[in-house]
Amino acid sequence: MRLSKKSWAVIKTIVFLLSLLPFLFLVNDALQNQLGANPIETLHFRLGDWAIRFLCIGLVLTPIKKLFKQSWPTRFRRMMGLFAFFYASLHFLVYSILDLELSWRLFIDEVPNSPYILIGLFTYALLIPLALTSTKGMQKRLGKWWIQIHRLVYLAAVTAVVHYLWLVKADYNEPLLYAAIVFILLLLRVRFKGQLYRYQRTSN
Amino acid sequence: MIIKDKSLIKSSEITDKAIFLSRRKLIKAAAGLSLAPFVPSVIADVNAQKKYQSIPVGPYSAALKVTDFEDVSSYTNYYEFTSNKSDSTALAKGLKTSPWNVTIEGEAEKTGVFNLEDILKANPLQERIYRFRCVEAWAMVVPWIGFPLGEMLKQFKPTSKAKYVEFTTLYNPEVMIGQKSASLEWPYVEGLRMDEAMHPLSFLATGMYDDELPNQNGAPLRLIVPWKYGFKSIKAIVKIRFSEEMPATAWNKSSAGEYGFYANVNPEVPHPRWSQSRERVLGGGLFTPKRDTEKFNGYGEQVASLYSGMDLKKFF
Repeated sequence: MRLSKKSWAVIKTIVFLLSLLPFLFLVNDALQNQLGANPIETLHFRLGDWAIRFLCIGLVLTPIKKLFKQSWPTRFRRMMGLFAFFYASLHFLVYSILDLELSWRLFIDEVPNSPYILIGLFTYALLIPLALTSTKGMQKRLGKWWIQIHRLVYLAAVTAVVHYLWLVKADYNEPLLYAAIVFILLLLRVRFKGQLYRYQRTSN
Repeated sequence: MIIKDKSLIKSSEITDKAIFLSRRKLIKAAAGLSLAPFVPSVIADVNAQKKYQSIPVGPYSAALKVTDFEDVSSYTNYYEFTSNKSDSTALAKGLKTSPWNVTIEGEAEKTGVFNLEDILKANPLQERIYRFRCVEAWAMVVPWIGFPLGEMLKQFKPTSKAKYVEFTTLYNPEVMIGQKSASLEWPYVEGLRMDEAMHPLSFLATGMYDDELPNQNGAPLRLIVPWKYGFKSIKAIVKIRFSEEMPATAWNKSSAGEYGFYANVNPEVPHPRWSQSRERVLGGGLFTPKRDTEKFNGYGEQVASLYSGMDLKKFF
């Protein structure tokens, strides 16, 4: 797509605002007392859902780029990744503040016995360096290492799904849906890598 | 915990019905605020269509802050319909709860198919205000309307072979669409040891908040065992079976390492995947901290003796 710089700025602003909508809806629901009987759980789950959705959106951009030979998806990679981090951060903060009351005693009491929370924390820890090195400056400074570091997102997507699967009691439909999506998104990368490899060989 | 053991005189004998109801309602709703003289007629009108408004409060009803009806009726685990706690409200609307039969089977002298209306006629209703604690670590306080399970079971004359009582939920996947999914093995089965079932705290509920049970809360007949995790309190009961063997129960079959047959509320025995030491009381808003879980959900004084000598970490 050949668009002016200005047009891209407008489109990016629209995408940014759309990505912010789930957050605005949550704030609105909280203020209107529309979070249901267990408002902390609702906040916590909805933020977690959006974190994993934005991780998936971030991971679908490169396959789109390659499948349809488009360059525009790359423009949104950073924003989608940062929104995943934004929702994951709020998800983490709701748990730490509203559930654990920022208490180390409660953390030590409850977290080590909860494998799904441990893997959730691990997932969040993986996302932190990605968010910190997401700027253009860092990208330049880190050179080829930048790609290596940002491959951590593949692992984060997998552990995020495990985090979800592990907390469910019996109805696995939703986490399995995310598991399937992440599986396909990662499988596509293996395929592309193979293609790239073949392409390089034939061109040599 | 305060246990009130009131011997109640029938309400209609002492006060004009409307005034009695409004007072009773206000005592519950306003929790001590002395608004009674100002609003009785309005409250009485609101309650005019409720089916069980003059049911007396029974024993063991703790003086606890009752959770809002809105919260209790919009947040239910009812996997027969869905695993979503709020979607169950709309999905359960299609369940036809009348007429309703309960089959009594197994080690008892009097077995057969009984109409729920006849069971209700034989068992005078009372209200029990109980704590309810889900295995997922949320809790609420509900005024149930029903009758003691033990009194009802005695009417069927269980024999000496009856060591356990097994309860079964309706199986009707056309209406209970969650039963089309293999999330649990259907129909849902729960069970109690005979002494647990005969304990005066064990209760069969047909109503709550002065009215019939909403479908999503287990209408028309559900079990309430307040010292156990909520999944023991089986909904929409169609069969009660006296048996010699320990029943194979739904969640236990689904994951035996996580959901035991006893399922007594116990802060000292964590679920393998999460702590049970604290609980979130519904209705608290965003900034109310969790409270500490009480052993046997606060009913230890009444029920701890049922388990004397048992290792509760083993028999969880």
